[in-house]
Amino acid sequence: MKNDTIAAISTGMTNSGIGIVRISGDEAFDIADRIYKGKSKIAESESHTIHYGHITDGSETIDEVLVMVMKSPRTFTGENTVEINCHGGTFVLKRVLEAVLKNGARAAEPGEFTKRAFLNGKMDLSQAEAVIDVINSENEYALQSSISQLKGNIKNKINDIRNEIIYHTAFIESALDDPEHISVEGYGETLKSAAEKIITELEKLIRSADNGRVMKEGINTVIVGKPNAGKSSLLNVLSGHERAIVTDIEGTTRDILEEQVKLGGLSLNVIDTAGIRRTDDVIEKIGVDKAQEYAKNADLIIYVVDASKDLDENDDKILGLVTDKNTIILLNKSDLDTVITADIMKEKAGDIPVISVSAKEEQGIRELEEKVKEMFLKGEISFNDQIYITNIRQKNALSQALESMKKVIMSIEDGMPEDFYSIDLMDAYESLGSITGEAVGEDLINEIFSKFCMGK
Amino acid sequence: MKYSANSVWENKDEYDVAVIGAGHAGCEAALATARLGFRTVMFTVSVDSIALMPCNPNIGGTSKGHLVREIDALGGEMGKVIDRTFIQSKMLNKSKGPAVHSLRAQADKADYSRAMRQVLENQERLDIRQMEVTDILTEDGHVTGVKTYSGAVYRCRAVILCTGTYLKARCIYGDVSMYTGPNGLQSANYLTDSLKSLGIKMYRFKTGTPARIDRNSIDFSKMEEQKGDERVVPFSFTTDPDDVQIDQVSCWLTYTNEKTHEIIRNNLDRSPLFSGAIEGTGPRYCPSIEDKVVKFPDKNRHQVFIEPEGIHTTEMYVGGMSSSLPEDVQYAMYRSVPGLEHAKIVRNAYAIEYDCIDARQLKSTLEFKNIEGLFSGGQFNGSSGYEEAAAQGLIAGINAARKLQGKEGIIIDRSQGYIGVLIDDLVTKESHEPYRMMTSRAEYRLLLRQDNADLRLTKTGYEVGLIDEERYQNLLRKEQMIDAEIERVERTNIGTSEKVQKVLESFGSTPLNSGTTLAELIRRPELSYEKLADIDEKRPELPCDVEEQVNINIKYDGYIKRQMRQVEQFKKLENKKIPDDINYDDIQSLRIEAKQKLNAIRPASIGQASRISGVSPADVSVLLVYLKQ
Repeated sequence: MKNDTIAAISTGMTNSGIGIVRISGDEAFDIADRIYKGKSKIAESESHTIHYGHITDGSETIDEVLVMVMKSPRTFTGENTVEINCHGGTFVLKRVLEAVLKNGARAAEPGEFTKRAFLNGKMDLSQAEAVIDVINSENEYALQSSISQLKGNIKNKINDIRNEIIYHTAFIESALDDPEHISVEGYGETLKSAAEKIITELEKLIRSADNGRVMKEGINTVIVGKPNAGKSSLLNVLSGHERAIVTDIEGTTRDILEEQVKLGGLSLNVIDTAGIRRTDDVIEKIGVDKAQEYAKNADLIIYVVDASKDLDENDDKILGLVTDKNTIILLNKSDLDTVITADIMKEKAGDIPVISVSAKEEQGIRELEEKVKEMFLKGEISFNDQIYITNIRQKNALSQALESMKKVIMSIEDGMPEDFYSIDLMDAYESLGSITGEAVGEDLINEIFSKFCMGK
Repeated sequence: MKYSANSVWENKDEYDVAVIGAGHAGCEAALATARLGFRTVMFTVSVDSIALMPCNPNIGGTSKGHLVREIDALGGEMGKVIDRTFIQSKMLNKSKGPAVHSLRAQADKADYSRAMRQVLENQERLDIRQMEVTDILTEDGHVTGVKTYSGAVYRCRAVILCTGTYLKARCIYGDVSMYTGPNGLQSANYLTDSLKSLGIKMYRFKTGTPARIDRNSIDFSKMEEQKGDERVVPFSFTTDPDDVQIDQVSCWLTYTNEKTHEIIRNNLDRSPLFSGAIEGTGPRYCPSIEDKVVKFPDKNRHQVFIEPEGIHTTEMYVGGMSSSLPEDVQYAMYRSVPGLEHAKIVRNAYAIEYDCIDARQLKSTLEFKNIEGLFSGGQFNGSSGYEEAAAQGLIAGINAARKLQGKEGIIIDRSQGYIGVLIDDLVTKESHEPYRMMTSRAEYRLLLRQDNADLRLTKTGYEVGLIDEERYQNLLRKEQMIDAEIERVERTNIGTSEKVQKVLESFGSTPLNSGTTLAELIRRPELSYEKLADIDEKRPELPCDVEEQVNINIKYDGYIKRQMRQVEQFKKLENKKIPDDINYDDIQSLRIEAKQKLNAIRPASIGQASRISGVSPADVSVLLVYLKQ
């Protein structure tokens, strides 16, 4: 629908060594040239050639890369395409994408490359249906959760800023529409201090994004439990492939494993932790500390209990850790002889829901799915309390809003007429709305009428 | 119940178009069709009320002034008539940016009506007929004629509905209710049923007007005088500015006070709105004084503008105090206002309810989607205001004519004019109140200025056939002059000579360190094209309006270019047309709400679809993919 230039990380956001940032659109080559330092210009390169060089952001070099240049129409999307092969891991990929976005590309919407490929005639009908499915699933996802997906705090914060912006815009607009009833004389100063406040808030939000610890979208989920309770097996069942090393030896999982899984249409960033228990093993100790740390900041905790073994002091310790959090207790190994029944567990767990599962036999997973969905839709699980932005698109929107607000201040300082303030104010309002999933619609008109008395 | 005449007969005068209603929409519509070569009959319940201004005595105002300019640029009449009949004129928002400068003129109401009536009477191929139309006649989904209260059938190929506030109209104040149109004029009580039987969905809206007071009873010494501008700017691009420098009359400003508000609050229970006697939805933009007092309890006073209704009458309009409170309360409340202590009311304030349509049944051409040849414009479409009405009437008239010419309709889009914003909003968005134009509704308002309406729309007017060759050639010349001068100014280098520094200093502008272009200097907030004449040695002699365009285009270049880029994106979606026969139920991936909305509104383009509330960006993507198949 738009032929502007888009970009995204086109490989999964896992911590694998290599990843690709793809740029597609009329300006792909120019944008790449703005950040690529190599022997030759991208725009002057032959089609379907690969070039070695560096990606820079201002004076700083971000990564050593290979850049593939493909000219329209012989590309996936049918448009000019540049693929930047990075090898610095997730953080670096994100930095490269940010540099691309800063230099003129727009963050691609989900499925947008595929959509363009189809619209440019690069795909046949049967493939097109798949595209619709992709778009549609995004649709459903966005509808159900675009707002509740956001951490409550962030949403509130952004809404506060938006309300502030629309209020000032409505005031200016009501004065412009009804100059004989409402005067906007000298309003520049008022607006300037309000805009400065907003800028501070936006900068804070953007900084939080830079400090963001997890980069993926989704509910940050931590699996905890004693060693060999079946945490890794559970993760494997959820993610559908062998990822963690599953053995019968206690304490096998020493690294923190992270996996993005879909459960009932929701994205979960699942972190499998080393078993929590007192240990003398130094390496494992680090894992345990980390696990406790993760559990503290998680949106959802899945506490796996081995139903075939008695509860001990370690379980009390874990229970202490997970009480007052969004926790689901899984009684694992329900396929074996159980020592602990659901009733015993429930008594100990208080309000925490308990589900019997067998990770090995993949039983009880549906109930888990239902439970997570229910908690999510009820708004019990949203995200962590601390304010931070993890999504690059959200961050980009924040930066745009920030730029717009800076323009407002510039307009005021330049002595531009008041009607120009509205243009940038509304741009900022729209950018922030794209984060919370709210369209502009009749907001301004409604605000004008509800807040200001005007009319003949 | 309907006919006084028992026999139905056919009027054999041959007409192509019937226009129902002779208000501001009807006048523009009938003039357009007649001028474009079609024999037109215009029906009105009263020939004496042609182009009547039943509410405020002015034309224009913020964003409405833009509409009048656009009407004029397209070859409409409103601007020319107000230029001949105004008694005071002001450019509003002059201290703001050029996009929100808006012209507003106080009209001599009687003169305005008379002048417009003369234009209609002298128009070839246009007949005026005083008669109430009761039925729209159709065959196989297209219009074949109209039937009148007297039983006469008029055959025609297109009908334009411009019934304003007359359909089943009811005027109310207190517990007094009269089944009349505005000003006690006869209402039109039968047409609604005919429209409903054609499957047209009707709404009931409400609006109101303040009292008229005898100026001999007003003490102006307690009010502030509001004069017109010293140099009057005409509305019409064809009016010679020297012809509009007349002696102007004044308006007067006074205020309500706590006492007024107390009177109102004490009598709220006697308001027909409170008692539920009024069912229609009123405009938020023109709240009654009782609405204002209730909604904004913290405001201890509201402005009241006393405006003359004309030169040959003593009636004064009390702007800001429309009401539907009972007569005795009206006396008390008006008389609590400084200067109105002894006010004699000539006409009471009242609220008026009337039938109108859900305009989402219309195409952007203002033709009904389901009835070929049936067009509508004005307050009937759910708008408010003379200017909004005239704009729609003009477009409906043009498009009815084009229909009969076998040509595609004209659609002014949102990037071309306020007329486009107005019509697109009406036919796309659900509205629960009479729609009023506002500058904040125009997303590309920096491009849609009142000063460049001719540059935006006169070409369209010429293509349609309402603008003559001479005016068109003048426009082309103007365009060339503007372009050439902008280019010259961008290229003119300014050095750091003493003369330059002196001129800069005299305007409080920082001296130059090194040479720059004239354009760069113009962009400085404190400078302008005009101010820099002295250091621009090769400046050619140019008309004022060309200089104005050069200044604005250079000064706000950055913002203008930005909006132009946004317009490019907008146009891409507007140009993606949706076929008429699309079946949204076939597109499985659309959400149910989106399907319902799309089925109901049947947008003409992807762009229009994207503006329907309830159609998400993802739905738009699905549509795009589907259409590509």
